[in-house]
Amino acid sequence: MKKLFLLAAVSFFTIVSFAQSEKYIASMKANIAAIDTSFKNPANLLDLANKFERIATAEKTQWLAFYYAALCQVNYTYMEQDKSKIDAIADKATELIDKADALQPNNSEISCLKSMIASAHMMVNPMQRFMEYGQEAQTFIDAAMQQDPTNPRPEYLKGQGLKFTPEQFGGGCATAKPILQSSLDKYNKFKSASDIHPNWGKQRVEMLIGECK
Amino acid sequence: MKGAFTLLILLLGFTTGAQVKVDGKITDTKGKPVGGVSITLKDTYDGATTDSLGNFSFLTTEKGKNILEASVIGYKPFQQEIDLGSAPVTLNISMKELVTELKAVVISAGSFVASDKNKGAVLSALDIVTTPSANADVTSAFKSLPGTQQVGESEGLFVRGGSATESKIYMDGNLVNNFFYSSTPGIATRGRFNPFLFKGTIFSSGGYSALYGQALSSALILESKDLPEKTQADLGISVVGVGGGIQHLSKDKKSSWGISYNYSNLLLGFAINKQKQDFYQIPVYHQGDANFRIKTKSGGIIKYYGYISANKTGFRSADIDSTVLKNAFAIENLNTYQNINWRENFGTGWKITTGISYSTNLDDINNELQDANNQKKVITNPSFYAFKNFKLKNRAQYAQARVVLDKKLNGLNVIRFGADYFYSDEKSTYTLYDGTKFTESVTDNLQSVFAEADVFITNSLAAKIGGRVEHSQVVNKWNVAPRVSVAYKFADNSQASFAYGLFYQNPERKYLPTVASLDYSRAAHYILQYQKISSERTFRVEAFYKEYTDLYKTSTSPTGREAATNNNGFGHATGLELFFRDKKTFKNVDYWVSYSFLDTRRDFLNYPKAITPSFAANHTAALVVKKFVTKWKTGFNLSYNFATGRPYYYFAYDNVQNTYVIGDAGKTINYNSMSFSVNYLPKLGKTNAKSFIVWVLGINNVLGQEQVFNYNYNNNGSRKEAVTPPSKRFMFIGCFISFGIDRTQDAINNNL
Repeated sequence: MKKLFLLAAVSFFTIVSFAQSEKYIASMKANIAAIDTSFKNPANLLDLANKFERIATAEKTQWLAFYYAALCQVNYTYMEQDKSKIDAIADKATELIDKADALQPNNSEISCLKSMIASAHMMVNPMQRFMEYGQEAQTFIDAAMQQDPTNPRPEYLKGQGLKFTPEQFGGGCATAKPILQSSLDKYNKFKSASDIHPNWGKQRVEMLIGECK
Repeated sequence: MKGAFTLLILLLGFTTGAQVKVDGKITDTKGKPVGGVSITLKDTYDGATTDSLGNFSFLTTEKGKNILEASVIGYKPFQQEIDLGSAPVTLNISMKELVTELKAVVISAGSFVASDKNKGAVLSALDIVTTPSANADVTSAFKSLPGTQQVGESEGLFVRGGSATESKIYMDGNLVNNFFYSSTPGIATRGRFNPFLFKGTIFSSGGYSALYGQALSSALILESKDLPEKTQADLGISVVGVGGGIQHLSKDKKSSWGISYNYSNLLLGFAINKQKQDFYQIPVYHQGDANFRIKTKSGGIIKYYGYISANKTGFRSADIDSTVLKNAFAIENLNTYQNINWRENFGTGWKITTGISYSTNLDDINNELQDANNQKKVITNPSFYAFKNFKLKNRAQYAQARVVLDKKLNGLNVIRFGADYFYSDEKSTYTLYDGTKFTESVTDNLQSVFAEADVFITNSLAAKIGGRVEHSQVVNKWNVAPRVSVAYKFADNSQASFAYGLFYQNPERKYLPTVASLDYSRAAHYILQYQKISSERTFRVEAFYKEYTDLYKTSTSPTGREAATNNNGFGHATGLELFFRDKKTFKNVDYWVSYSFLDTRRDFLNYPKAITPSFAANHTAALVVKKFVTKWKTGFNLSYNFATGRPYYYFAYDNVQNTYVIGDAGKTINYNSMSFSVNYLPKLGKTNAKSFIVWVLGINNVLGQEQVFNYNYNNNGSRKEAVTPPSKRFMFIGCFISFGIDRTQDAINNNL
């Protein structure tokens, strides 16, 4: 009986911790699935960012939760109409991604996100900030490519940036398309490490390539 | 076995449990709802985000004592313990807004910030070099802002009824003497320093901070760049000379060094732009500089800047007192400037900024009366002719040490204090026509201590309160200068500011030494400002009143030297100024307009009574328009400056009353000048280009409008001659190349 009780107690804890990780995976999946639709309404994106942050803070050791919280925050800056608010939101994203970085150093996806944050800062005043933040965004893209050459997202970000840079400044479809195409090739080969690892951007790349025909 | 499973199920049941609802509303301290707040039950997944009405609601299975957290950008995080049972919990939470740089009011009365970083900047660093009327001269761009005069006959900033000597220029906190090339009669000289040295500039047309002193009217505060972005080499060639330099950034991006050399020779420039003076010595300038910058471990920086320049010029113009004689003026100048600066954070909110500077200046002036064959002519009768032949040697050295400590308190509140020591030693030798030498020297030790506090009461109300105490050996008295400014932000993000301050200044070197016992001259500033800044538009209106007391009066000694005699001068200035910048209304066009109204009178120097000084126009206006056409890789810049006529006077000496009287007076014609510049960037967009090229074409006074700055009178006031610019137009063509780096990004940065 004593033995049984011990067994029961052990299985209880394993079940609880199993349930806990089930809960983590399930919550992450549900929230990740909601990202795509949330772009229609910035408030939903912020809500999602907060959800991921709650998971991250409760779990403490899951870099992905911090990563997605930061991703939602940075996407939120792209939707924010009031440019004066962007820096603070981007800083919030930095705070989150730094925590992810501490848990998972030298990660290509994290570098991509840092590049996106730099771009967000730049968009506040492209004229005055290109030198500083444009450079920073590029540095992180380069790092991301180096950290994982199979990751399609660094080239997606690079191609997207070029596509929206005027031709006269060395941007436009002509320069962007080969890079986007290379990104798409990588998307086609890309296998996400799990259901909850980053696996976004393919549709957007296809759309950008489509616009360049 | 069965019992164990029951226990297990029971335990599991306990962990899943029944759900309980938590809801509520979040408001700020004024009762307004706060949206986007993240509500979290600490260490759980449970929580919600408030909607735009501040409402939130969520279900949780947690039981017992839990901590509820609320957080959102810009507010102080909130925590509360809640006891979760079976009954729903409703919470009304009030969150306190944080005072943040983003939201806080900017203390801006009297100052214009040109920077790419500062909030509330009205100009960018690049505006200084792309304003066509400025000719890439650091101070000239500020002549397109309200508060400044369009004075073309001499250098310097004439601000709000003040003379150029009432405006002082500081580099990284240290006063820069001889900021401009040495004066030449009737021709304004340029600033010595390259505008690309600076990342930020604050131009204060009044009410400036207690950190600075010895300027009755205005302070121009220049902040040098930190580390360069990249290693690069530059080469420039233009109608006025050639130059080149290199900036090297270390691999670890922790330190950099740079050197540059420029040679200017106006032979070609004067061939294209005919000068009315006869230049027998074409202006020639050699100028070299060096710098290094080192980032320290704790995020501080050490910066050194050194400069040396040697230059000479000489020109003849008609002598006003005769029809055949000429006046020949020649000057040789050697100037050095060294500045080393250290900025460091010590943690716990302490910051130190300290610097030492040392500079020297040598002027050798030779003035001659010449006949039709350009031969020296000495005439002693009438006696005033004798004084037209003279030599003047000026030897000066200046040293400064300065330390400022900053302590950051909660929020944006800062206390700042420090001390400043300034040493100057100026010696001049004046040689008369007959070889008689007069040597004079003035040494001063000026000590100052100052303190200032930035007090942010809320995001909408802030004050800067400071004071400065100075002691100068020349005056041998203490002065105490309080400075206060208050700013209030309205709900629509516009803001109103008020500034008050007392400002003291020593007598000008050229009126020293004197036997008289002098006090400091003094100005009191009262400034009221309203401004509204959005990302695309800036509107500002400022009214001021300035009261001058204890201005220096001068009298002429038997040797013909004008010396300060007492502090009986006085004056006032009142004005209203407008500034509007708009990047929105016309697509890809950026323009600003400024207007200044000024009413001023003063009695100082040898003025017979209180009159409007010859450097003050009642109405001044400027328009600057910039457009970059990406397709043509070309930027077009236009500026138009206008000012109503300025008064001019002839002071006659009344030998009976032993005083000056106004012998003649008038007003010059209105001043109009349109300048235009084109920047062509052929390599723009060529990725991986090895060099980047900028072609510049600039024309000052394109329309060739007649400009009269002032009038010179002959000795008895019977004849006057207009002081006009040396050439009707000035055309400049130049080509500037940067090597080694793709500067496309820079161009995008500058012109997107």
